[in-house]
Amino acid sequence: MAGLGGGSAAFGRCTHAVVRALPESLCRQALRRAPGPEVDFARAEREHQLYVGVLRGKLGLQVLELPADESLPDCAFVEDAAVVCEETALVTRPGAPSRRKEVEAMKRVLESLNLNIVEMIDENATLDGGDVLFTGREFFVGLSRRTNQRGAEILADTFKDYAVSTVPVHDALHLKSFCSMAGPNLIAIGSSEAAQKALKTMQQMSDHRYDKLTVPDDAAANCIYLNIPSKGHVLLHRAPEEYPESAKVFEKLKDHMLIPIANTELDKVDGSLTCCSVLINKTSEL
Amino acid sequence: MEVEKVAKEKEEKQTEKEKRETKEVQTAEIKPESIPQKSPKKIKTVQCKVMLLDGTEYSCDLEKRAKGQVLFDKVCEHLNLLEKDYFGLLFYENSDQKNWLDSSKEIKRQIRSLPWIFTFNVKFYPPDPSQLTEDITRYFLCLQLRQDIASGRLPCSFVTHALLGSYTLQAELGDHDPEEHRSDYISEFQFAPNQTQEMEEKVAELHKTHRGLTPAQADSQFLENAKRLSMYGVDLHHAKDSEGVDIMLGVCANGLLIYKDRLRINRFAWPKILKISYKRSNFYIKVRPAELEQFESTIGFKLPNHRAAKRLWKVCVEHHTFFRLVSPEQPPKAKFLTLGSKFRYSGRTQAQTRQASNLIDRPAPYFERTSSKRVSRSLDGAPMGISDQSLLRDFPATGGQAAGDKIIDIEAAGQAKLREGGREEDGSPVKTPQLELTQDGKVESEEEEAQQKDLDKTQDDLLKHQASISELKRNFMESTPEPRPNEWEKRRITPLSLQTQGRHATRAEGPCTGVSDADKSSHETLDIVEEKKQAEVGIEETLVVDETNKGKMQVATDAGETCKVEHLSKKDSSSLPSDSSSSSSSSESEDEEVGEYQPHHRGIEEVIREEQEEEEDMKRKEHEEKIQHVETTPEGSKLNVPVEHTQVTAEDFVQENAVTIATEEKNLSEEIKQDLGEEKEEEQLKLNGDVSHVDIDVAPQIICCSEPPVVKTEMVTISDATQRTEISTKEVPIVQTETKTITYESPQFDGSAGGNAGVLLSAQTITSESISTTTTTHITKMVKGGVSETRIEKRIVITGDADIDHDEALAQAIKEAKEQHPDMSVTRVVVHKETELAEEDEE
Repeated sequence: MAGLGGGSAAFGRCTHAVVRALPESLCRQALRRAPGPEVDFARAEREHQLYVGVLRGKLGLQVLELPADESLPDCAFVEDAAVVCEETALVTRPGAPSRRKEVEAMKRVLESLNLNIVEMIDENATLDGGDVLFTGREFFVGLSRRTNQRGAEILADTFKDYAVSTVPVHDALHLKSFCSMAGPNLIAIGSSEAAQKALKTMQQMSDHRYDKLTVPDDAAANCIYLNIPSKGHVLLHRAPEEYPESAKVFEKLKDHMLIPIANTELDKVDGSLTCCSVLINKTSEL
Repeated sequence: MEVEKVAKEKEEKQTEKEKRETKEVQTAEIKPESIPQKSPKKIKTVQCKVMLLDGTEYSCDLEKRAKGQVLFDKVCEHLNLLEKDYFGLLFYENSDQKNWLDSSKEIKRQIRSLPWIFTFNVKFYPPDPSQLTEDITRYFLCLQLRQDIASGRLPCSFVTHALLGSYTLQAELGDHDPEEHRSDYISEFQFAPNQTQEMEEKVAELHKTHRGLTPAQADSQFLENAKRLSMYGVDLHHAKDSEGVDIMLGVCANGLLIYKDRLRINRFAWPKILKISYKRSNFYIKVRPAELEQFESTIGFKLPNHRAAKRLWKVCVEHHTFFRLVSPEQPPKAKFLTLGSKFRYSGRTQAQTRQASNLIDRPAPYFERTSSKRVSRSLDGAPMGISDQSLLRDFPATGGQAAGDKIIDIEAAGQAKLREGGREEDGSPVKTPQLELTQDGKVESEEEEAQQKDLDKTQDDLLKHQASISELKRNFMESTPEPRPNEWEKRRITPLSLQTQGRHATRAEGPCTGVSDADKSSHETLDIVEEKKQAEVGIEETLVVDETNKGKMQVATDAGETCKVEHLSKKDSSSLPSDSSSSSSSSESEDEEVGEYQPHHRGIEEVIREEQEEEEDMKRKEHEEKIQHVETTPEGSKLNVPVEHTQVTAEDFVQENAVTIATEEKNLSEEIKQDLGEEKEEEQLKLNGDVSHVDIDVAPQIICCSEPPVVKTEMVTISDATQRTEISTKEVPIVQTETKTITYESPQFDGSAGGNAGVLLSAQTITSESISTTTTTHITKMVKGGVSETRIEKRIVITGDADIDHDEALAQAIKEAKEQHPDMSVTRVVVHKETELAEEDEE
């Protein structure tokens, strides 16, 4: 047992991933912040399959894929339904009422993994996993339209070992709409004012000093960092076709194995790379 | 010997009596035993109990006047602990309020009730315990953390509870033994506030995986995990933000953390904080402007009460000093009539203690691990530091000579020399760096809690402390890497002209700065002793003065007449940078003290200190010639320039205030302006006049007191990091003035009488002779709402030699006073005892 957080060496370790198939209802009914072009479902599925394929095939994770639920157009964005850290999983209460039922399937699959499950049952609490940034040392919780103070409190109660700081999120869906971890001590951050402001807040709140990787595009700042024993630092980031300038920034990361992933379709309904999976590191089978 | 009694009556006094610190000696405590016995042979001792981290209890008898350091050293010796700077002694008041015992102050000044019970605890949690030198230190840290965790003070997750618990088992029981360690062996231990069967199973399971770890290794693993907990080493204080929302302020090695419920909502790293202060129940931090901001902002928090604010402030000062500084800061000069706490952390900093620890060179001490058992389980008081036990018993808890003699028998020659050196000079012994450091601390930490300075004793305590440690330990102690500059060195930094000026002033004022003088040089021994006495006399003034914003001024005459003039000038707090316009401070006319601490302005503080020295200090004097000093002081060359300077600044501020501050205070400001112009001359004249009337019977004087330039603090309260940028930072105006305004004239009071500061209506002094000399001073004062309050102060001088039973005499005096004024209550009794300058250290 690695112990508390295990230090930065263990950050990004991952054995399992939970994903969920796309429902067709996604195209028309998925929530979106602003109207825009319609989702090409076939293309969305292809992209998603590629994504799952990378996790399963290329990175060797055990991928648990939940079936799509047509009554839940946003159900593919599993990240929002649970926050998993070490052996504990917090099943959330998503901010959008239409998404509340998404957690049921999530809870079941997490139970099957023998995690300590904590459910957010407080009716005053809302929390989307997309607002939760775990840095390996602490949590930042974006206070957005989807996540409120009470939700953050419950998260803090669930993960008592870690500091949980709140970061107001304006002009973005989630905290992780413009940032994510790109390495053990590295925060990828977008260039927008909202992103930079949030970063400042996080820096002030933290006892640790993080390196930052600033990318021109907010959406590109959402990437997935993994630490895979046989491969070392792995970074899934948005494809150069989508965000060429940001991709160039990622390409400067020499120590990382870079895997560009296109996400053009889900992007239209505010889906980002991290949205589509819950990553779990099972160190023991209890 | 002289006994002074002050009786005072309150008629429906509405002023909130927020307990004025620990300064006033309440009647209840005037038991005969509080009067030091004449006989030096008979030293009163008090039994102390200290709860140790392993659940055992250590008790010892301490001299009643012993300083905190004495007890702390005894405890550390008992524990065989060398790296002791991380630890401290706690005492509780009102069951829940924990206070750190200040090593540099007398215990009895800090803990108000008997019995003396303390808890030995970690005070500064080392951020990286692996850097501690000795396993025994880590062990005590583990014990503390186990307690913190089991009590819920240090929250952790289920998994962490289990993991830490398993290391505890490994450290206490060794490898898991399936034979011996049956199912319920774990239930003996408490790992978590709510320990479940499931957790115990998990602990047992993990315990098995630690096979082969030594206890020390298990402790280290424990600490490596515990130190990462987010609340590790965070000292939490309840507070409210500006909107009255409950928050918590957490002080830690890195700075100040703000929590709302469990969430961190802001954080101020020490480098961001420019100043920490408190006033009444408010706690303020001034923070550096953020990148694009222009102004510093001051953030205020409301604490439950004044004491809580002060406690938080102290903890901040200590943490900042311990973790951020290489060596402790010099506190502001102890001087009278200066408001604000002069408290500074006087121990070693982490940097110093680490360096010193590097020099520890002893075989790892043996210690028994007995704790971590369930809290309920009672343990007998098996001592841990067995090796020191016999030694310990040889040192009686009596201070002074007797102890010293014994030490000589036991200790090495070098040690004895040291002690001798100390005795020779009486006030200022030959100092090792360590001694100096400690002494500085003592002298400096004068604080508002004006204690009766007893430098001689301090020395003895120190010596005793020094001497009673083994040779090895002594090396350790002496290895303090950076001796703090003493006063002389310090002064060398400042401009020469100022120096002379300052020193001259010091002389002229005599006792005013006597206390701080005491540590300045060794060839001033005689002065020191004498001044020490006066300082003691002055103390009761400081009692009042230091804690009030009103700045009560007291003038006294030779014959013991005390005329207390409460005047309401704005006293500024202690340490303000020279560019004071940008600093913040405010005053409200409340009986409160303030404390300020500026972490980063050491250079500037030099200047400030000088400036402060130029402040005129007033205090009651023992002798006629001292009164001369009082008279001349204001006129002295030293004062003229600075005073003008302060006037100017004051006016500036006042003007500022007039603009930025609510109108209600405007008239006050104006008044102040006038007063500033006039006060000096008038004050002197009147003072002189007053002083010369030594024995006037009924000389009612009507004293008009001006209101202090009350400046309302702009309470910019931001507790949320994110809102911070939006807040335009209003400077909290400071009034850095030196306005001790006394106008002795008929009560032509213009409008501002409503202030809660009160108006003196009359003050009369009657001196009568009886067995003892009694001086009675009647002061009638207007307080809020037209209610008047009469205070009678009696000063009784009992002269005689050892044959007189002073206790008896005092009791008699109090009784008489009660009989004379049956409708009044005795609120304060100050006893000052003065003896010939004999050999005894006891005053």
